[in-house]
Amino acid sequence: MNAAPLRRPAALALVLLALTAGLCLIGLAVGSAGWEPLRSGAGEAAAAILWEIRLPRTLGAWFAGALLGLAGAVAQGLFRNPLADPYLLGSATGAAFGVAALLVVLGASPAAASGWGARLGMTGAAFAGAVLAVLLTLGLARGVQQTLRLLLAGVVVGMVFGAFAALLMFWAPEIMRTMQAFLLGTTGFLGWPGVGVLAAVFGATLAVALACSRALDGLVLGEATAASLGVALGPVRLLLVGVMALATGGAVAQVGLIAFIGLVAPHLVRAAVRPTHGWLLPLSALAGGVLLLAADVLARFLLAPRELPVGVLTAVLGGGYLLWLMHRRPL
Amino acid sequence: MRSVIKAVLAALLLLATQVLALAVTDDRGVTVTLAQPPQRIVTLMPALAEMVCELGACDRLVGVDDFASWPEAVRRLPHVGGLEDARIETIVALRPDVVVLPTSSRALDRLEALGLKVVALEPKTMADVQRVLLQLGEMLGLSRAETDAAWQRIDRGVDAAARGLPPALRGTRVYFEVDSTPYAASESSFIGALLARIGAANVVPGALGPFPKLNPEFVVRADPQVIMMSDRTAQPLRDRPGWGRISAVRSQRICLFTPEQGDVLVRPGPRMVQAAQLMVQCLQGRLPGRAR
Repeated sequence: MNAAPLRRPAALALVLLALTAGLCLIGLAVGSAGWEPLRSGAGEAAAAILWEIRLPRTLGAWFAGALLGLAGAVAQGLFRNPLADPYLLGSATGAAFGVAALLVVLGASPAAASGWGARLGMTGAAFAGAVLAVLLTLGLARGVQQTLRLLLAGVVVGMVFGAFAALLMFWAPEIMRTMQAFLLGTTGFLGWPGVGVLAAVFGATLAVALACSRALDGLVLGEATAASLGVALGPVRLLLVGVMALATGGAVAQVGLIAFIGLVAPHLVRAAVRPTHGWLLPLSALAGGVLLLAADVLARFLLAPRELPVGVLTAVLGGGYLLWLMHRRPL
Repeated sequence: MRSVIKAVLAALLLLATQVLALAVTDDRGVTVTLAQPPQRIVTLMPALAEMVCELGACDRLVGVDDFASWPEAVRRLPHVGGLEDARIETIVALRPDVVVLPTSSRALDRLEALGLKVVALEPKTMADVQRVLLQLGEMLGLSRAETDAAWQRIDRGVDAAARGLPPALRGTRVYFEVDSTPYAASESSFIGALLARIGAANVVPGALGPFPKLNPEFVVRADPQVIMMSDRTAQPLRDRPGWGRISAVRSQRICLFTPEQGDVLVRPGPRMVQAAQLMVQCLQGRLPGRAR
């Protein structure tokens, strides 16, 4: 297991890409009846299920995981804290609050359900809630100048929105089941439009994050050192916070609050190699994608045709692997 | 001689009150003794209030849970909280002779510790409705014949509703969505049992548990002819990946139940008759569905 090639980031990238490809194929073959090997002559309906449901779901799960992995790596670099995760700016509970508010409004008026409620949808509500929470965090922290202040404001905003979401659930217990599904994450209804959005967000955020990767390397040495190395702290922080917020908001809107991937993906990468951020960011994205896709395939497979909440599996898979690594050798 | 008669009468009277003392064995297996049929009753579950009223004792209810909404009379009663957040103080202040609640109620132990008589009954299935009616009838001091008559009314009503379904529509494949996540009502749920009783075919087998969270692909594959769901679902069915292929979506045979109708459908009690009628109307396409 102590394979020398894994010391090289490029080798790890190849391994993760191979895993992605393999899991994509498996994802195409796992459906509501469990393991269903691909059959070409199974008729138009089977082809449609493959094309309209399984393929977008598989790709969407990977992209969502990749976004969370990327956002996690950015957060840990930006806050110079190995416990940082993409939900740190309050976006997770903001999204939860957005969804809860939408569900309550829908429950109160059928007109909303057919009109703007349907157009906004859970995706729109989640994204709006996430953006609102991040803006509030930035406002409370008076911009991005002080990292610690930003961290604290994010935690507080997260708590408050979480409490509001819980209050809504308490008032309208009928939304509990939908909320629970959202809170545990769900990849079931990912379609092509969702995949398109996720891919576009991923492309944009990865490009910006990579452009800032040298600055993140500088930040490892502390903010003062980074500044003396010529890192323009202000604009870089703003860009990175934007990347974090957009990546997290995009993922959360499509698949709900998937736990643990953002936290654990960078650690998994660092446990295998010790890369600079130029490698760490894309590798974390790859690791996150592989993790969520694996969890999604398992969620479909284990109890088929029933489904497990995918967030539970990401925590078990990611957490289990990380614990094993920690047991093998201290991080 | 007169004193002897008096003594005999007194003894008879004593015996009579002894006979009047009621013993009800509830769903915990606990036997609750009541000196006389309760005159002040609090129920903590909508279906239990409905059944008490069906047995003609609506006027003996002094408090109901927050979600009880039928019959009209219970809306005006004090509401004392839900399953998780029953307001103990309000209940005690109503001085009930007995509190009837589901076994899962968190208030159960607390109310009993406060010295109230508590009968725990949990109607979940159609068979439960008959059993709980009998238990409630005993508790209310009704004769077996009176309770049986109430059950017969419900049972025959459901049968009559089922007969209203044209033979051509029997065996229609139905998907009943409890929640858009998607959770479905399977054959083994109360809703599933009603569907089976009126002659519809549920696409979700009972072996998956009463309310399984399904892989959406399963529904596309099962291709239901009719979909029953709440009218408060945010996402149009057509927007779900692949669902545009489902027969029910293509032919717009989708019934959207209002929250009031939803209450009727999920409460195992006397309104089973109405629930069965709603399902039959839906299958016949006589319920309003919105173009989705």
